[in-house]
Amino acid sequence: MRYITYLVIGVFFGIIMYKSEAASWFRIYEMFQFGSFHMYGIIGSALVIGMIGVQILKRASIKPLDGSEMSLNPKDKGWKRYLFGGILFGLGWALTGACPGPMYVLAGSGYFSILIVIVGAIVGTFLYGLIKDKLPH
Amino acid sequence: MNWIYEPWPWYVSGPLIALIMFVLLLIGKQFGMSSNLRTACAAMGAGKASDFFKFDWRSERWNLMVVLGAVIGGFIAANYLSDNTVEINPQVAKQLASDYNLKSAGDTYLPPEIFSSEALGDPQILGVLLLGGLLVGFGARYAGGCTSGHAISGLSNLQLPSLIAVLGFFVGGLIMIHFLYPLIF
Repeated sequence: MRYITYLVIGVFFGIIMYKSEAASWFRIYEMFQFGSFHMYGIIGSALVIGMIGVQILKRASIKPLDGSEMSLNPKDKGWKRYLFGGILFGLGWALTGACPGPMYVLAGSGYFSILIVIVGAIVGTFLYGLIKDKLPH
Repeated sequence: MNWIYEPWPWYVSGPLIALIMFVLLLIGKQFGMSSNLRTACAAMGAGKASDFFKFDWRSERWNLMVVLGAVIGGFIAANYLSDNTVEINPQVAKQLASDYNLKSAGDTYLPPEIFSSEALGDPQILGVLLLGGLLVGFGARYAGGCTSGHAISGLSNLQLPSLIAVLGFFVGGLIMIHFLYPLIF
């Protein structure tokens, strides 16, 4: 039953990504050319509502439905991994026009060459696991 | 009935993304679309190669269900809810056509010059897709999250590390589009 819930959330997420055009290469290219407010509006409005909502959840000490702790863990301190990892991610995001969520959405929409990108992303994740102890964090 | 095929404006899409995050928080999970890649590696046996993949991936199976849902969502949206075109800023479209000979802005959802099955026959395009995916996967794990985990979840929770990561995303993206694209395409 729980799995059905996650599946439904995923379907809803996929439709939003596709219909908002956040999964479109053109929109990502246009964003990095500062050609439209569209992508900034999507991220910005999600963020403003997200910030307000998270503050309310925290102040009202609302617990998840199963009574566990809310998954709002602080990120580890430091800056190197965030800056270096972020830049590498940004290079890939702009090169393929897809970040991890939209990749799956595009696979479903019938662009099968996105599977190459997904394979690349899995291999990239694996490589990180292999050499992570040698990287500055 | 044409309104069904129209794209959703930012002020509809952004709040709906926030809603997804809240629903996940309320069932005790965190919104992040790249950790499933680690789960996938672990499920394929990567724990033998690195401790990074030695964790109870079965407890993260929910993650893979969200992925499966996203694939189905993409199928539904592309086949029944969209005319699969994306209108962008005409000036950007013109620049794409003149600088890179990418002429499909306004006609398709992704440029066929890069994403059609025929384009895969070009080793350069194949390399671009593979390298781009590699950078996304490596960078997301190195940074500890992607657009959803840092730009939406992390920043919503006022995390300084997420702000640094999001700045990194944009620095990387701008370098790619403004300095590397002319060399690649």
